[in-house]
Amino acid sequence: MALTRQDVAKVGLLARLALSGDDVDRMTGELSKIVGFVSQLEELDTADVAPLAHPLDSQNVFRADEPTPSLSTAAALQSSPRHDDSCFLVPAVLGETGAA
Amino acid sequence: MSKQSDTAASAEPFTTVIGLEVHVQLLTQTKLFCGCSTKFGAPPNTQVCPTCLGLPGSLPVMNRRAFELAVRAALALNCQIAGFTKWDRKNYFYPDLPKGYQISQYDLPFSSDGWLEVVDPKGAFSRKVGIIRVHLEEDAGKSMHDEAAGTGDTRIDLNRAGTPLCEIVSQPDLRSPQEARAWLNELKLLLVYLGVSDCNMQEGSLRVDANVNLHIPLASEGRVAKTPIVEIKNMNSFRSVERALTYEAARQWEEWQATKVEMGKMPKQTRGWDDPAGITRPQRQKEESSDYRYFPEPDLVPVTVSEADVAAAKAAMGTPPTVLRTELESRWAISAYDADVLVNQGRDLVDYFEDLARRVGEGKVASNWMQQDVLRTLNERGGTIAEFPVRPEHVADIIGRVQKGDFDTSRGREIFAEVLSSSKAVADVVAAMGIAAVSDDDLVALCRELIEANPKIVADVKGGKEQAAAGLIGQAKKKNPNANPGKVRQMCLDLIKGM
Amino acid sequence: MQPLELSATDIVTAIRRGELSAVQVAEAFLDRIAKANGSINAFLHVDRDGALARAADIDARRKAGKPLGALAGLPVAVKDALCTIDQPTTCASKMLAGYRPPYDAHVVTRLREADAVLVGKTNMDEFAMGGSNENSAFGAVHNPWDLSRAPGGSSGGSAACVAADMAPVAIGSDTGGSIRQPAGLCGITGLKPTYGRISRRGLVAFASSLDQIGPMTRSAADCALLMETIAGHDPGDSTSIPGDVPAYTSLLDKPLTGLRIGRVAEHFGPGLDPEVAHGVEEAFAAFKAAGATIHDVELPHAKYGIATYYLVAPCEASSNLARYDGAHYGHRAEPGKGHRAESGKGSASDFGAFESPLVEMYCRSRAEGFGPEVKRRIMLGTYALSAGYYDAFYAKALRVRRLIRQDYLDAFQQVDLIGGPVSPTPAFKLGEKTSDPLAMYLVDMYTVGTNLAGIGGISFPCGFTKGGLPIGFQLQGPALSEPLLLRAADRYQQLTDWHRRRPTLAT
Ligand SMILES: [Mg+2]
Ligand SMILES: [Zn+2]
Repeated sequence: MALTRQDVAKVGLLARLALSGDDVDRMTGELSKIVGFVSQLEELDTADVAPLAHPLDSQNVFRADEPTPSLSTAAALQSSPRHDDSCFLVPAVLGETGAA
Repeated sequence: MSKQSDTAASAEPFTTVIGLEVHVQLLTQTKLFCGCSTKFGAPPNTQVCPTCLGLPGSLPVMNRRAFELAVRAALALNCQIAGFTKWDRKNYFYPDLPKGYQISQYDLPFSSDGWLEVVDPKGAFSRKVGIIRVHLEEDAGKSMHDEAAGTGDTRIDLNRAGTPLCEIVSQPDLRSPQEARAWLNELKLLLVYLGVSDCNMQEGSLRVDANVNLHIPLASEGRVAKTPIVEIKNMNSFRSVERALTYEAARQWEEWQATKVEMGKMPKQTRGWDDPAGITRPQRQKEESSDYRYFPEPDLVPVTVSEADVAAAKAAMGTPPTVLRTELESRWAISAYDADVLVNQGRDLVDYFEDLARRVGEGKVASNWMQQDVLRTLNERGGTIAEFPVRPEHVADIIGRVQKGDFDTSRGREIFAEVLSSSKAVADVVAAMGIAAVSDDDLVALCRELIEANPKIVADVKGGKEQAAAGLIGQAKKKNPNANPGKVRQMCLDLIKGM
Repeated sequence: MQPLELSATDIVTAIRRGELSAVQVAEAFLDRIAKANGSINAFLHVDRDGALARAADIDARRKAGKPLGALAGLPVAVKDALCTIDQPTTCASKMLAGYRPPYDAHVVTRLREADAVLVGKTNMDEFAMGGSNENSAFGAVHNPWDLSRAPGGSSGGSAACVAADMAPVAIGSDTGGSIRQPAGLCGITGLKPTYGRISRRGLVAFASSLDQIGPMTRSAADCALLMETIAGHDPGDSTSIPGDVPAYTSLLDKPLTGLRIGRVAEHFGPGLDPEVAHGVEEAFAAFKAAGATIHDVELPHAKYGIATYYLVAPCEASSNLARYDGAHYGHRAEPGKGHRAESGKGSASDFGAFESPLVEMYCRSRAEGFGPEVKRRIMLGTYALSAGYYDAFYAKALRVRRLIRQDYLDAFQQVDLIGGPVSPTPAFKLGEKTSDPLAMYLVDMYTVGTNLAGIGGISFPCGFTKGGLPIGFQLQGPALSEPLLLRAADRYQQLTDWHRRRPTLAT
């Protein structure tokens, strides 16, 4: 099972990973190999097998609706690359449409 | 249902088909998956912890109260409660979503297949709107963009991140912008009655997106054409919802006439409502934006809901507005319209009304006083009925004196106003205003005096013109302001007849 | 008394009795770290001052007759995947270089409450993704038995520091074998407890349904000692198992008579190094001699373990690692000159512009902050969860995961534990597998099943190759069988001395 460069570029955008042309070339090869390997699962008939997403069988774990201390704003922002002592600062969410 | 037709009351050559997606914040003290406060209005990033900041290694733990409130809402919306429900991650990148995913419910929401009916009290429409699903999810934080600055930074406040939300998705069953607005009012009323949410749109505790398209009968082709569905966002009041839908229906009709493009021929479009401009504008869609890569949230365990849980939630539910309306109608013999007015004001006002009605022993009078005096002044003054200084016992006292004939209704209104402004007891106000009950002897003397002084009126009355007696009442009021006009009238008529 | 030679249990006893001071012990290990870490690179951060201050405080409290915790004065090294409020937590990633969490992991809190002395944070594969520790952004760890070889991974720093006497015990985490495999390659004892036995709160997540913290020590008895402190319910982790925790140390000293150990024929198939096979067979013989019986059992779907694991883990990881986007913490790329730098737009022929400054920041921060293996797994997981592929990959893997778990449930109807090799080869050369990701994935072939099934496993040395490299033996047991796993391993260690051997380090 092979991925195309288009697949890899699309996944790169979904995963928010900037990929150079070389990156895409390399990843197309590597991921195709890995996907080919994991595709061996196809040989198993699992039509009657329910998915098992989690090893635990437990259910209904709740906490009470009681406040616990929050962090100070300073602690919340302490590792932020950019902040104004009150909010996290990030580059503009909106920008000029980049049609290549 | 009385009028559930697809053409409703419109004379337009199309039917507007509307489905709503409503997010309401649940009335919990703490967030859905952490113990941070959900109180509105705190300074930015003061109600945050490792979990709602999405810090490395942090884990969610479910708020029991949020789940209970959500089940209560779903039951009141006539939904089926799932015996088994789980959590999923909805993956997308946005700076108000610090984990890079929202914990939500995807393939196994805790409830589905409900309905909520809205009946226009004036009879314009009645619509039973299906509810596809109600699920729980966490809210995102707040991004503040300085539009003017253009390329400047966006500021992120995560106080709201992780607040519990109930997402309610309706079937596309609404058939006009007016219906949509009325249905939202009914939904809000219900959720407030249940204590599930305060539904305060200004504070963002209720948010609405609408899906709308047109069904256009093509008689010549013997089929109905459907325009592409448009999702409208950014509406910050129910009035905006109505306006946006009205605008969008007209816009789609124009576009249809120009292009004849039907549903399925183009992807679903998202448009934002620009309230000042009164128009919807297209919003840019990222091509990959709908690929949320949902999968089961491995940090949380599933929830099972037993029959007993459902019974407990039902018991905690109280009387919903629809039931309360019919109850008030029959219990107090008031009209459907009156019941609607009272119930729409909220649970506290209904309690006030019923207290008053019990004291007065008559619903209609109590309802009149509620609407003409209590509600009117409440609306003028602002504030809540709970803080309203004139209590039901005061109003009942005034009504009782009117019914006894101590004074008439308009005099009673003056006393009501005085009690309101002075906070004195009714009896004190009556005394202070010099309102003493006029004895029957005094009243007889007064009427005799008037009859003697007005032979012309007496003659008219004797001649069959009973309405001429009104002239006597005016004079009586001047001579003794406390004389009950009704009694004066009756007594004068009796005396004249006996002459 | 030379602290470096003592077991954790003996160190704790000696300090309690006043035969050694906590400061003496801390100094001995800190000095050892100062000498050996340059060549091994097991530690990313050493908190010498903090550790000595803590040790001095413990000594003072002991002298004052105040109560002390169960691990008073015991130096502990903690994998850099666990949050520590007073030390950086980087997961060996450039993404989190210098990151300081505002809270302690639950396990770290428990260690502090037990008066353990945290000496530092250990090196690892970046975000715990790898089996050789070569994926660390801060340099590979070198195996103390042969510095040209890998210590295994991802808890390679924790394994190497214990093997090289830089700490008597360490904390690791195991998502597909990351405690047991490096323990095996470094000749120490590592326990991967049942999923949920130890709180994951504050463990930087790799794959949430597989991750589990565990002790890495010189002996099963020391693992038992540590488990008494770190295991147990945490209401802050919804997947933490409620209820009391057994007194592991008091359950060790029982004979193995009647213990049924399963042997899976497929574990001895192609790919298994003959010297490893020999060592493992010897261990079976030793268990037999100790009173256990050996039975053939089958795990028919075990051969699909790696394929299943390399779907489940990357899918969860792709989501768990989405939070590292430069917005709230961690590495943020400097703004580019215009946004035409690299990629971001979904056309393969021309990775033109980013659609906004924000998307550019995301894409470039993540491209710069993550190493190649982490990117590979994020890409794989994102692909396997994306529209159109979910059923074929992720959902399929979950179905096979159920089959794999069922195999174990069936096998544990017949036997109490399952034994076998922990890793197909002894420690391999650094660089030997780095060019072939798939070959590297196969080093987990004997260990991933434990995580997929959520059960327990322990690894301990059972011999050495002619070249002097440790050979590891693995026991797997049903959920919450830690007392039995520890007892079996402890018994074996009473009868053998492989676990007492130490590498000679040219320092
Ligand atoms: Mg939603
Ligand atoms: Zn929080």
